[in-house]
Amino acid sequence: MINFQYLRTTTSKSALALLSKDKAAKFLAGGTNLIDLMKRGVTTPEKLIDINHVPLKQIELKGDTIIIGALASNTAVAEHALIKEKLPLLANALNAGASAQLRNVATVGGNMMQRTRCGYFYDTEMPCNKRQPGSGCGAIGGFNRMHAILGTSEKCIAVHPSDMCVALIALDATVVLANQKGERKILFKDFHRLAGDTPQLDNNLKTDEMIIRLEIPINNLAKNSHYLKVRDRASYAFALVSVAAALEISDHKITDVRLAMGGVAHKPWRLTASENFLKGKEASTANFEQAAKLAMTDAKGFGENDFKLQMAPNSIIESLTLAKSKA
Amino acid sequence: MEKRMLKDENDRVDGVFKVTGQAKYFAEYELPGLTYGVLVTSTITKGKITTLDTKAAEKAPGVISVLSHLNKPSAPGYEQDGGSPMKIFYTDKIFYNGQPIAMVVANTFERATYAASLVKATYAKEEFNTNFDKAVADSKSKKLQGQPDYKRGVENAYKTAEVKIEEKYHLPIETHNPMELHGIIADWRPNNQLTVYAKTQGVKATQGTIANVFKIPIENIQVNSEFVGGGFGMALRTWPVEIATVMASKHVAKPVKLVITRMQMFTMVGNRPAAIQTIGLGANKDGKLTGITHRAFGETSVYENFTEGVVNMAKFMYQCENVNTQYTVVPVDLGVPIWMRGPGEATGAFALESAIDEMAHALNMDPLEFRIKNDPERDQQRNLPFSDKNIKEAYRIGAQKIGWNERKNKPGSLIDGQLKTGYGVSIGVFNANRGRASVKGILKADGSLVLQSATSDIGPGTGTGMTLIASKLMKIPADKITFELGDSSLPPAPSQGGSATLSTVGSAVNDVCVALKSTIAELAANSNMDATANFVDVLKKNNLPSIEIIKQSQAGKEREAYSMYSFSIHFVKVNVHSLTGVVKVDKIVSVGDSGTIVSPKTARSQMVGGAVGGVGMALTEESIIDHRYGRYINNNFADYHVPVNADIPEIEVHFINKPDPYINPMGAKGMGEIALIGFSAAVANAVFNATGKRIRSLPITPDKILADS
Repeated sequence: MINFQYLRTTTSKSALALLSKDKAAKFLAGGTNLIDLMKRGVTTPEKLIDINHVPLKQIELKGDTIIIGALASNTAVAEHALIKEKLPLLANALNAGASAQLRNVATVGGNMMQRTRCGYFYDTEMPCNKRQPGSGCGAIGGFNRMHAILGTSEKCIAVHPSDMCVALIALDATVVLANQKGERKILFKDFHRLAGDTPQLDNNLKTDEMIIRLEIPINNLAKNSHYLKVRDRASYAFALVSVAAALEISDHKITDVRLAMGGVAHKPWRLTASENFLKGKEASTANFEQAAKLAMTDAKGFGENDFKLQMAPNSIIESLTLAKSKA
Repeated sequence: MEKRMLKDENDRVDGVFKVTGQAKYFAEYELPGLTYGVLVTSTITKGKITTLDTKAAEKAPGVISVLSHLNKPSAPGYEQDGGSPMKIFYTDKIFYNGQPIAMVVANTFERATYAASLVKATYAKEEFNTNFDKAVADSKSKKLQGQPDYKRGVENAYKTAEVKIEEKYHLPIETHNPMELHGIIADWRPNNQLTVYAKTQGVKATQGTIANVFKIPIENIQVNSEFVGGGFGMALRTWPVEIATVMASKHVAKPVKLVITRMQMFTMVGNRPAAIQTIGLGANKDGKLTGITHRAFGETSVYENFTEGVVNMAKFMYQCENVNTQYTVVPVDLGVPIWMRGPGEATGAFALESAIDEMAHALNMDPLEFRIKNDPERDQQRNLPFSDKNIKEAYRIGAQKIGWNERKNKPGSLIDGQLKTGYGVSIGVFNANRGRASVKGILKADGSLVLQSATSDIGPGTGTGMTLIASKLMKIPADKITFELGDSSLPPAPSQGGSATLSTVGSAVNDVCVALKSTIAELAANSNMDATANFVDVLKKNNLPSIEIIKQSQAGKEREAYSMYSFSIHFVKVNVHSLTGVVKVDKIVSVGDSGTIVSPKTARSQMVGGAVGGVGMALTEESIIDHRYGRYINNNFADYHVPVNADIPEIEVHFINKPDPYINPMGAKGMGEIALIGFSAAVANAVFNATGKRIRSLPITPDKILADS
C-alpha cells in the first residue's frame, strides 16, 4: 500500500511545528478534495496532519469586522445568523457549492485550498502542467468546455472551482496566515494566483504556513446582493460561470458595487474595471450591459468554452439585475 | 429472510429491507477466506501488449496471484476458436483504452489496489479512432453491418411531399451509472463446483455463460442475485471482468470478489451507444403524413457488434403508406455498448418525435392534433390489429393535466422577464413482450403461499407485482405470500429486460395459482368438503402440510393475430432562461397505456424513474472522450451529470389501466421502457416551443441554447 503517516494535533502552534519538520506534509481538514486526489494518485503525501481538532471554528463580529475561523465548516458559515444578515452574498455562494453533505464537512480553509476540477489534472495518464510541470496542457486543444477565458496562460487554462471564494474576493476579505514566527495578513485577492509559467502553484500560501482565519469588513451591500451560478444541473455541479454581484444604491445612483466571477479564470476574478464604470452611475440595464462588456475586454475562448464569452456577460447583467431588484 | 408485504397493499415487499440496510447486495457477502481482485487496465487505445511486468506486484504484501494473458488461467471455452476476440486474459490485443489486461488478487482490497499500481505494461501502439462522428463520416465506402432495411410503399416519398422536413439528430454516449458498482464474487470449489454472487438481470443467463466458458455442467453452478442496485440493461450480460473473476477463483482456489471502480463503469460494462440519425418526413397540407424515412447509424465496437431497435418505431407508430428505414452500426475503438433503458427505441424516439414536432410546426398545427390525425388504426408494418391501444385517451388525460390549453403554437410566446415557457409532447412505445417462464407454488397449511422463480428484481418491484397477482387470484392476504427470486436453482425464467418480467413471470404465477386452486378444489371434493372450502381446512383435513406445483407458461397463437405494444405519452413544461441558457423542467405528466396496472405503487415508481432518466438524457447526461487519447474525461459522478432532486419538478403519473384482452391472463403489459422512451423529445419540443430554438443534439446544455441564438 502507499503508506502515509497520519498525525493529529489540537493547536495551530503544534500543527505549524509539525509542518516545519516536513514541508511536504499536508493538512487534512474536511478532506473532501484531498482524499479524492490521493485516491486518484494525483497527490501522494507521506504525512497528513489532521487539524480538525484545532479550535479555529469561530464565526463572530469584532468591531466592524466579521471573523471566520479557517476550520469553520461551509455549512456553519452559510447557516450562521450573522453571515445571513451581514454577508448574504457569502451565505448564498456557499450554498451554491457542492452538496449539503460535502458542505457539512468542507471547511473554509479547505475550500480556499481546493484544486481545480480539470479532468486532465485528475487523470495521471494525461498531460497536465499543473500536476506534472512540463508535461503539457491537455485541455488546450482538448475538452475545455469548463475552462478559463480570462487570465489564461499557454501552460494552463484550468479554473478555480470554488463558489465561496468568488464571494470572498468581492467582499474585500483579508486572509490571516501564520507560520511558526507569527501571523501575516494578505488581501484575499492576492491569495490565489494566475497560472502563468507556474500552474503547479494555485496560491501564495508558503510551505511553512497555515490559514488561520478570514477577516471581512462589514459593508452596506447586504440588501442588494446576488450570487448567480450557471451550471449544467441544479445542484452538485461546478459553475460554467458564476457571478457575485452587490450594489449599494442611493438616490438611484450606485454608491458602491462589487462584482466577481467564478468559472472563468485560474483564480476568483474580480471585475474592477466594471465596478469602476458603474460607481456613481444609475443602476440601469444599459449601464449593466456596458459593465458586462467591459468585463470581457481581454477574454478569449479555447473552442469548447467559447460560449462563456456570451454566457459570462449575460450572467453579469442578470446577477446585477437580480441584486438590484431585491427590495 | 422472507420478504413480505406489509399490511398496506401499496408497499413494496422489500421496501423495509432496502431502507434499513437488510437487503444484501452481491458485494456484501462475506465468505470465509475471501480474497479481492483489482484490475489493471490498458493506457493505450489500440495495439498490442509487448511486455507486462508483474514481478513487483507479485512480491507486494498480501498478493496471491496476478492473472494476465501471460499465465492464461484455465477457461476451456476460451481455448476454442471463434466468438468475440475480446477473450479476457487470452489475448494480448488492445481494443480500447481502459481494457482490463491483468487482475491482481490479494488478501485485502487495499493491497490488491496497491499491487495493481505496480504492474507495468509496454505496448506497440496503433492508430485508432474513438470519435463516432468521424467514424460515420469515414464509413461511406465501407461495408457496414446492422439490421435489414425496411421499405413500405415508395422509398424516400417525403422528398416529393407538399410539406417536407429532413433533419439530423445526434445522441452522445450515455453511461448507465446505477448507484451499485458492477462486479461479482466467485467461489470455485473442488470438483468444479462454483457459487457466484452476481449483479445480474438474469441468474440463468449468468449460469449459462459461465458454464459455456468453463465447460462445466450447469448444475455445478449456483448463481445468487437477490438484490440488484440498478441495472438499466448493463447487467444483461456476463462481462469479461466477471469471467476473469471466476478464472481467478479457480486459479487461486479461494473465493474472489471484484467490485470495479466508478471510472471503470465507463469502460468495461457497456453504455448507451452514440447515434446519428436522419429523419425525413413528408405530409400533405392537410397534415396527413405521406412519407417517413428514418436512417440511423449506431456506435459499436471493433471486436463485437451491438445492434438495437433504433428505427423500429417509424415502421408502425404513424399512419403512413410510404416508410423506409435503414440502420447500420459503425465501429469505434471503445468498449462494446449494451442496452440502456428504453434501449434503441429511446434513441430512435428522440429523433422521430422531434421530427414529428418539427413537421407539426411546419404545418402550423398543434403537435398533439397532428399526432392524433396520423394515429393508425392498425399496425401497418405487420398488417395486424393492435391488441389494445388507447392513445387518444392518454392524450386527452395528459393534455388536461399539463395545462396544454395554456400552450401557444407560436414558439417564444410565453415570456415572463428572462424566462420563456414552453410545452412539449412526445410518444413512447415498446413491444409488449411475453416470454416463457416457470414458477413453483407451495401452498401451506399454515395459510401461507411461497412462489419461486429464477427471475430477477433490478428495482421495478418484481416480488411486489407477483405477490399482488397471486393475492388477488388466491384470495390470500399479501402479507402471507412470499416470492423468491434471484437464485439459479429455482424454476427457470428469462433475464429481466425488455419490460417483459411482469408479463412473462406473472403469467406463470397466474397459471400456478389456477392449478393450486383446482388441486384444492379436487381435494375438497374428494374429502366431501364444500367446493368453496378454505385451502387451510382442505389441507388439514387431508393431513397435508403443503402442496407444490410447478407451471411453465408462455404466449400462444394470439401473438400472431395481434400487434402488442405498450404506449406512453409524455408532457413536459419547461422554463428557459434567455440570458444563461439554463433549461428548467417545470412540470412533467406521463401517461402510461400498458394494460392492467397490477401494482400501482411500483408502476408509478417505474414511470417516475423513467421521467428522471429522461430528464438526464435530455438535459445533462453525456460521456465525454478526448479523442486524441481515447480516454473518458468525465468518468465520475461529479462530472457525469445524472439529474439531482433539484432538477426534478412535480411528476404526475396517470395510467389508462384497461386490460389488454390478449397479452396474458392479467391483461398487463410492461412499462419499464416506455417510461423513458420519447421523454427526451418531449423536453426538446418544449424547449423549441419556449424559445424557437430546435436543439437536435443531446444533451440540451445551456451552451447549446446560447449558441443557437
